[in-house]
This record gives sequence, structure tokens and C-alpha cells, in this order.
Amino acid sequence: MPVQKECPILSVERLNADAISIWLECGELAKAAAVGQFVNIKCGEALLLRRPISICRVEDTRLNVVFEVRGEGTAWLAARSAGETLDVLGPLGHGFTYPEGKVLVVGGGIGVPPMLNTALRAPAGAIACLGFRSAERAMLVEEFQRACEQVYLASDDGTLGVHGFVADIVDAALTEHPEVAAVLACGPRIMLKTTYDVCRRHGVACQVSMEERMGCGIGACLVCACKSADGAYRHVCKDGPVFAAEEVCWDA
Amino acid sequence: MRNVDMSVTLAGMTMKNPVVVASGTFGFGREYGALYPIDELGGICVKGLTFQRREGNPPPRIAETPMGILNSVGLQNPGVDGFIADELPELKKHDLRIIANISGNTPEEYGIMCEKLSAAGVDMIEVNISCPNVKAGGLQYGVVPEMAAEVTEQAKRHSTVPVMVKLSPNVTDITEIARAVEGAGADAVSLINTLRGMRIDVKTRRPVLHQNTGGLSGPAVLPVAVRMVWEVSNAVRIPVLGMGGIAKGEDAAQMMLAGATAVAVGTACFADPFAPLRVRDGLAAIAAEQGLERVSQLTGQVQPW
Repeated sequence: MPVQKECPILSVERLNADAISIWLECGELAKAAAVGQFVNIKCGEALLLRRPISICRVEDTRLNVVFEVRGEGTAWLAARSAGETLDVLGPLGHGFTYPEGKVLVVGGGIGVPPMLNTALRAPAGAIACLGFRSAERAMLVEEFQRACEQVYLASDDGTLGVHGFVADIVDAALTEHPEVAAVLACGPRIMLKTTYDVCRRHGVACQVSMEERMGCGIGACLVCACKSADGAYRHVCKDGPVFAAEEVCWDA
Repeated sequence: MRNVDMSVTLAGMTMKNPVVVASGTFGFGREYGALYPIDELGGICVKGLTFQRREGNPPPRIAETPMGILNSVGLQNPGVDGFIADELPELKKHDLRIIANISGNTPEEYGIMCEKLSAAGVDMIEVNISCPNVKAGGLQYGVVPEMAAEVTEQAKRHSTVPVMVKLSPNVTDITEIARAVEGAGADAVSLINTLRGMRIDVKTRRPVLHQNTGGLSGPAVLPVAVRMVWEVSNAVRIPVLGMGGIAKGEDAAQMMLAGATAVAVGTACFADPFAPLRVRDGLAAIAAEQGLERVSQLTGQVQPW
């Protein structure tokens, strides 16, 4: 069950040129959060819509969100400091489901942070494939290296890890680790699609975390529509954000 | 502070307080019902229903604007039968008035839906002749007085519960439509639906909404809504459910002073899920401060210059 709560900010840290990490004291809200879920945060009085931000980590009652500054709302959030409070609604959405066995977590860009929580809590261990634009835009790599058995890295410009796409390192990881029971992924739509293609070739189940512009964040307003393979619209905030990759209409 | 009687009667339907939630912003009550008992509300205008299930428009369906939002959901809904089978039984477990919002492709479809919903036991039917986001039905019936009247007649003929007609602000003279539906037998009117608007992403040169245009709601539209409620209240004798940008008690009080019998809260729920309850409490506080015994004493009491 989601709750709405004023949550004190414990720390605000810049991870790279675009990404900000905020730790919040969230009480029971944090304890209730499942992997792949998100919180919907009010960004000041002038903006009506809350900003949905995935949960990066949870430590007891403390909850960590990492986001990129993309517009007015996230710029407002980035300007907060420790001691202030944020109006948080959550935990929200349908998250990742762990299979029996090891998982490969896959993240691209700002899709990387939620995969940290997913890796940390994986009951049978995790491997990670992370993609960034460049070494400068990387984040949380050391945290993943501590949480995972092995971390594969790729960057668009070759300044970190493999010079290439996330799907390339997913292919390598699945080849070297046939024991992987499922791939759990978050990132740009094209990355999710190519990751799913690789998974199909390897015969491995794939779950993807989707993005769409949201209104209420709880499933009432029906704006965050995501087309399913069966042609019906499902909603990222309530039916998702995580869907089985085969349920998504990739041609939409 | 004295205890204000918050109950109101809208077209014969008594509600424990004048705050309902606006169609399309509150689903069928399940989601917000996980946050607080929806029994606290006076009523719910359910997500707009159509004769058959609709999938709605492709995304993006929402854009943020100064103190408002644009939406173009396109009446995604399970259809009137799906609502009656799967949602209404759940809603009926709660102590609040159930107002079924309907949109048809033809006057006959409105009639069939009214029959089904009356038999299923909703408390009121809100006839949507003003959805800006679908090509068939909806808005076209809301802009031509004769067509608005025809749909209203059909709805009245096939309903055993009060019929309220939801008016579009996208007209030259809203009182003309209000008088037409009153003449056709409407028991109440609700207004305003959203104002047509557009937002363009200057980098991509694309409209933010996939449908290019959408309906504007939120605090930005409040003054327009108050003005229209005032005009319509002066033009017809049937009661008015006022909505458009209400986010706090003072907004609701303005709407009632302008002539509304009850009010609906919509977009404000997205920013604050508890907005309807805050509106109710704020309204009660204003009525108490002004020494009123009943909140209904605010209705139509604006003192124009």
C-alpha cells in the first residue's frame, strides 16, 4: 500500500554532471519498497505533477533516489539540501520478480540506479551489465562491483569498458554465464529492445522497466499508457513499470 | 467554531458534503482508495464510460503547463458493461454517491448506457457532451445546442436517476448550451470540462501530446470556470456542479458563491492525493468563519458589482 509522507532529506550528492543522489528518511515507506518500484515526489508548489523516480537503494528506513536533471522539476529537486523535507508518495508500481537462480541486471544511463537495489537484494546473486555515454557520465560503478559477482561495462565513446552498446556486453555476459536465470533491465527503450533480442537468442527470460510521462502515478488517470503485445494499453505506473519483455509491443 | 452542516442536495441527490471527484482523475476509486477511505467524499464521477471498451489514444497523453496540465487520454475505459460487472459492485461497498460519466457515438448509445446504468443502481448519470479528445461523440454534441438537447432527451428518456449534462467551455456562449439541455429535461449541469490547448517541444518541433492538442485543466483554468459557473447559474434554474482548477477550500467557496451547488476536484489530486479532503475541510472552515449553519448557504451568494 502506498503512503504519502513528508520525508526529511539526509544528504544530497552529485554523482556526475547530470545525476544527483538523495537519501531520505522514509520510515515504513522505505521498508515496504520492493525492487523495481518507484516513488512520486512533489517538486515545489509551482509544478502540479510529481516526478516519478525509481528507488536506487534502501537501507532500513532510509531510501535513496538517483535522478538526472532534465527539466524544471528535477532542477528543483537537485537544489534541495539536507534538513529539508520532500513530499513523497510511494512505494508505487509493479517491480521486478526474481527467478530461481542468478540474475543479470542491465542498466543504461539513468536506468542504472534502480538496478543497484535489484542487484543488492538478488537472493541467488547477480551479475551486472552497465552502459554509460562516457566514463565521465558513469555512476555507482563501485557499488555494483561490491554487490555483484562480475560487472560488464560499456560506453558510447569507449572511455569506459567496451566501446559499444549495452546489448553487446549482455551477449558476452550471457555467453560466459549460462547459469543466469533471468535478465532484469532498465534504460532507454532502444536498449531494452536490443537487450530483449539478445535474451531471446540465449533463451533467457527478460523483464524490462518502462518509462512514460505520468500523471497521478498510482493508476487512476491512465495517462502513462504503454502498448502491450496484445494491442491493449497498460499503464506504466500501476501495471508496470516492470513488464515481461514479451508483453511489450516493441513496434509501438 | 460552530459545526457547519456540509450536506448538499444536487438534483434530488443528497450528499454528505459537496465535494466530489471529477471524472477521469480518480479512476473508479480503487487507487486513491488505497490511500484513504473514499467514503469521505461526497461522491465520485467515475472515469468516462463508453458503450464499448476503448483503448484510448497513443502516448504521450499528458503535458505539464503553467499551473496546469494538458491531457489527451481519449476515454480509455472498460466499457459500460465492464464497469457494471467489475467496478460498480466494489464502489457500492462505499458510502458515497456514484455518478456515472458517459460518452456516446450516437444519441441512441447514450440512451442504452443510461438504461443499463440506471438498472445497475448508480445514483446519477453525468452525460459527457464535451470530451475534447475523441473524434466521435463527445465534444461535437457539446457545441451545437440542438444536438446537446437531442442527447439530453435520449438520456432522460432512458434514465430512472437524475441526469446531469457536462458542458464544454470550448464554445462562444456556454449559457446557450446550458439553456438547451435544461429545456430538454436535464436535472443538472456540470462545468467546466477541459479547455482545448497545445504545447510544443521547441527542440523537436513536435507537440508534446501525441494527439497534438489536448484538454487543459488545473489551477490555471479556475477563473474561467468560476466565470462560466456564474454565467450558467444565472441562465438556468437547474443546479450546477462546479469544477475546473479547484485545489483548496477557497476555490470551492468561490465556485459555490458563483452559483455551484456542489464542486468537483480533479487535477489537484495528482499533486496531492488528499486534495479533495483538504478542499472539504477548507470549505467547512470558511463556512464556519462566516457564521453559516449550512455550507449550502454559500451557493449563488456572490454580490456582483
